Amino acid sequence: MKRLLYILAPFALAVARTVAANDLPEYTLIVKNHVYQPSELKVPANTKFKIIVYNEDATPEEFESTDFNREKIVLPNSSIIVYVGPLRPGNYSFFGDFHQDTAQGRLIAE
Amino acid sequence: MLGVALLVFREVMEAALIVSVVCAATRGLAGRGLFVAGGIGLGVAGALLVALSAAALARLASGTGQEIFNACVLLSAVALIGWHVVWMSNHGRELTQRLSGVGSAVKAGSSSLTLLLAVVAIAVLREGSEIVLFVYGMAVGGIGTAGITAGILLGMGGGALLGFVLYFGLLRIPMKHFFKVTNWMLVLLAAGLASTAARFLVQGNLLPAWGDQAWDTSWLLPNGSLTAKTLGILIGYDASPAGIQIVFYAATLLLLVTGMRLLNRGVPAKSPRAHVVPLNTLPKPSR
Repeated sequence: MKRLLYILAPFALAVARTVAANDLPEYTLIVKNHVYQPSELKVPANTKFKIIVYNEDATPEEFESTDFNREKIVLPNSSIIVYVGPLRPGNYSFFGDFHQDTAQGRLIAE
Repeated sequence: MLGVALLVFREVMEAALIVSVVCAATRGLAGRGLFVAGGIGLGVAGALLVALSAAALARLASGTGQEIFNACVLLSAVALIGWHVVWMSNHGRELTQRLSGVGSAVKAGSSSLTLLLAVVAIAVLREGSEIVLFVYGMAVGGIGTAGITAGILLGMGGGALLGFVLYFGLLRIPMKHFFKVTNWMLVLLAAGLASTAARFLVQGNLLPAWGDQAWDTSWLLPNGSLTAKTLGILIGYDASPAGIQIVFYAATLLLLVTGMRLLNRGVPAKSPRAHVVPLNTLPKPSR
């Protein structure tokens, strides 16, 4: 299992100096009736930030974006935090993987 | 029903691609079918377990449980594939000769088979747990059992079909190059999984991104498309990877290639015919 150690060692080192997450700008999304509120979120470009997603539905949802590469399950009546960016200026769509026909939204980084 | 089918298809496809490459790469090892079936069975059981404990998982490590779990699972798969690839660099030649000969199964691969069973189980577990949560949601949401069942069957059928196409496509590779090709495919697959693991760790703020978008080829092949997803599994394609993902990808590539080279050096080149040995004298795989 030496190989596993080799793989995990740099990872463990990096975890040891985790970025302080508390002073990052924070944005909130709410999933209700399988729709994101708001469906458009203005975020700063070239800055790391976090998004808190609340799921107020009785069913699980997956907050996902193929544009800014994030995916995380949000269980019913709970919330998740996802760290995003720094993003270049532009539009980045996200969706609810479990209800793609209604749960659509986008980030506007500027 | 179509929504169910589409999601199930996407998840099954990702697992099926991995299983196909693994199946091809273990061609000729005795008892392979049993091990692959076992891996799928274990994966399904694991998927149910993961879905059931999703709430507990979500609370772990101040909300980053999902990311840590995904990264650990992916990195274990990388390590397992790594072992196999390095072992095969030593034994692939023997397997080739055996397969192009009488076609008798090779006994020497049991430890490698166990590793691959785990890889199959991991692939099925990861994608399966999402299907379980999704289907649960659909059932709560009031879609009828008939619609859900039809959707699942359609999605699974489609995903599995894609896997079979890849598998039988790979079998057409001439025997001479076969294990070389499948081994390289496994190396790229592992590198891609390592990159995905890094992505999860960045998402949970557990690793620095080292540049969130090192480049952006979304205009050419956006991540959401089927082609991009397929390439994402097979070679680790990502339209806009973080710098750290590239580091993980390159490190895995380097590590596995070095391992293959080092082990291969000890084996002198032999003429193909002279090297056919009876089954029971085949060396046991070194762990």
